[in-house]
Amino acid sequence: MNTRSHYDVAIIGAGMSGLAAGIRLAHFGKRVCIFERHNTVGGLNSFYSLGGRKFDVGLHAMTNYVRPGIKGTPLGKLLRQLRIDRDEFALCEQKQSRIAFGPRGETSLRFTNDFAVFESEVAARFPAQIDGFLRLTAAVRAFDDVALDATPVSARQVVRQHITDPLLEGMLFCPLMYYGSATEHDMEFGQFVIMFKALFLEGFARPFDGVRVILRVLLEKYRAAGGERRMKCGVRQIVARDGRAAVLVLDSGEEISADEVISSIGAPETARLIQADAPGSQAPVTPGRLSFVETITILDRQPAALGWGGDTIVFFNDSARFDYACPAGQVDPRSGVICIPNNFDYGPELRLAEGIFRCTCLASYERWAHLPDEAYHADKRRWYEALQQSAQRFLPALPEPGALARATVATDMFTPRTITKFTGHLGGAIYGAAEKNRQGRTGLANLYLCGTDQGFLGIVGAMLSGISMANYHILQKS
Amino acid sequence: MTKDECKKVVIDIIADIAPDEDLSTLKPEVRLRDQLQLDSMDFLDIVMELRKRHGIEVPEADYIQLASLDSCANYLTPKFNALSAKS
Repeated sequence: MNTRSHYDVAIIGAGMSGLAAGIRLAHFGKRVCIFERHNTVGGLNSFYSLGGRKFDVGLHAMTNYVRPGIKGTPLGKLLRQLRIDRDEFALCEQKQSRIAFGPRGETSLRFTNDFAVFESEVAARFPAQIDGFLRLTAAVRAFDDVALDATPVSARQVVRQHITDPLLEGMLFCPLMYYGSATEHDMEFGQFVIMFKALFLEGFARPFDGVRVILRVLLEKYRAAGGERRMKCGVRQIVARDGRAAVLVLDSGEEISADEVISSIGAPETARLIQADAPGSQAPVTPGRLSFVETITILDRQPAALGWGGDTIVFFNDSARFDYACPAGQVDPRSGVICIPNNFDYGPELRLAEGIFRCTCLASYERWAHLPDEAYHADKRRWYEALQQSAQRFLPALPEPGALARATVATDMFTPRTITKFTGHLGGAIYGAAEKNRQGRTGLANLYLCGTDQGFLGIVGAMLSGISMANYHILQKS
Repeated sequence: MTKDECKKVVIDIIADIAPDEDLSTLKPEVRLRDQLQLDSMDFLDIVMELRKRHGIEVPEADYIQLASLDSCANYLTPKFNALSAKS
C-alpha cells in the first residue's frame, strides 16, 4: 500500500516526462511518488483497448532514432540517464516518409533515417535551393539546442536567410510543426532545431508493439528503483504557503506533502491548481490553441495490399501556402499527417496482424468542446469521412474504388475534446502552451515544471525534460 | 584502497552509466572527456553514483578533479581511505 503522507519528491502526472523524472530521482535514493489521475500511464502518449484491440494514441513514431554507436544524441542521453539498454525498446526503423504538397501531392520529398536521401531529394526538386538548404543544415547542426537560457529567435526569419522558395520553406516547416509546435505560423528557432534534428537528421522508429513497450520499460525501471505511484489519484489542489508548495490535496481529499514537487501536467494546468496565500508574482500562461483530430482505421489486410506499403508517414498539404494554425472551422483538412504503422521495418518474420491507417489534422477545441452529444457524434462521423478522402489524395491510387471501405473492420477517432477528457490538457493542446519555460520554474520555490511546457519536444524530448528538470532542480542541489 | 583499486571503482561506474563506450583502452592520464563521449549529465551521474554506492561526497567545486582516471584516483583514494578508517 502506498499510503505515506510525506515524500522527498511528488510528481504530478505519469506521462513520459513524469516517469523519466521519477526514475532519476528514485534511482538516486529519493522517496518519490507519482500521482496520476487516469488509470493508465503515458499521458499524451498512451494506449487504450476498444473492441478487443489495443490502439496507440499520440505516438505515430518515435523521433530521434539513431543507430547503435552514434553518440551524443538525445536518444543516447536518454538511454544512459535512465539506465535503459537500447534493446529494451526494440526499435524498428521506418521504411520511408514523405512530405507531399500540392492538390494531389505533386511535389514530394522523400526522407528516411539516412539524411543523404532527404538531401538528394531537395537537390532534385529544388536545385536552386540546395546550397541554402545545406547552409541551413549546417546552422542547425551548430546550434546549441539544449541551452536552458537561449534568446528566442523566429525560425521563419532564420530559414528565409537560406531558403528563398516559399514552397520548400512550407515543406520543411510542415513536419516539424505537426510533430511538435505549440505556436501558430512560426516556431522559435531553438524548437525548429530540436525538431529538424529529431525528424530529418535523426529519424523515425517504433517498437513492434507500439508505445506500450516504451511505457512498460519506464514503469519497470521506476518500480525497480523503488518509486511509488498512485493511479486514479490526481492532485486537485496545491496549497501554497510562504511561496512554497506546502500541501497537495488529492482527488480523494487526502492531503500529502513533499519537499519538492514536479508537475508534468502543463503550465496553465498547474497554475490552476495553486491555492495561494498571497497573490502570485507569475504572469498567467495562456493555454495553447493547437489541437488535432485523428482517425484510426483498422484494415483486414496489410496496407501493402491496397498499394500503401511504401510510406511510413506522409505529411501533406494541398494548398499553395502551408497554414499551421487553429482552424476557423472544426477541422482543417487541407493539411495533415498520415501514419501507417505497418510500414516500419519489423524484419522478415514480423508483421502487424491487421492493417492500420491513421490520419491527423488540425482542429479547433472551441468548435468541438461544447457540442451536445448527438451533434458531436454526427460531426465525428462526418469528419471521419472527410479526413479519409483528404488523406487518400496523397497516397497511391487504390486498386478499385471503395477498396478502403471494404477492407475496413473497425474505426475510431479522437477530437480535441477527447484529449482534454483523458489528459487534462486545457484546450486539447497536445503541444501545450505557446510560451515555453525552459528553466521549469514556477511562482513557488519548490514547484517545477517538466514535460511539454518546459519545451523539449517529442517523446524523447518529453523524457529528457523530466530527466533535465530532476537533475537541474533536485539532484544537482542535494 | 590503492589508487588502482580506486580507478577500478570509477571505471565500473562509467561502465554502468555509459555501457556503449569501450573502456578497455582508457589512458589514465588523458582527460575522460577526450577519450569518451561523456557530457555534463554523465559527470553528474559519476558523482551521484559515488555517493550512492560508496558514500563519497564530491562538492561541485571539485568536479574538475574527476577529469582523468589519474586525477580521480589522486582525489578520491584519500576520501575512500578516510571513510574506511572511520567505520
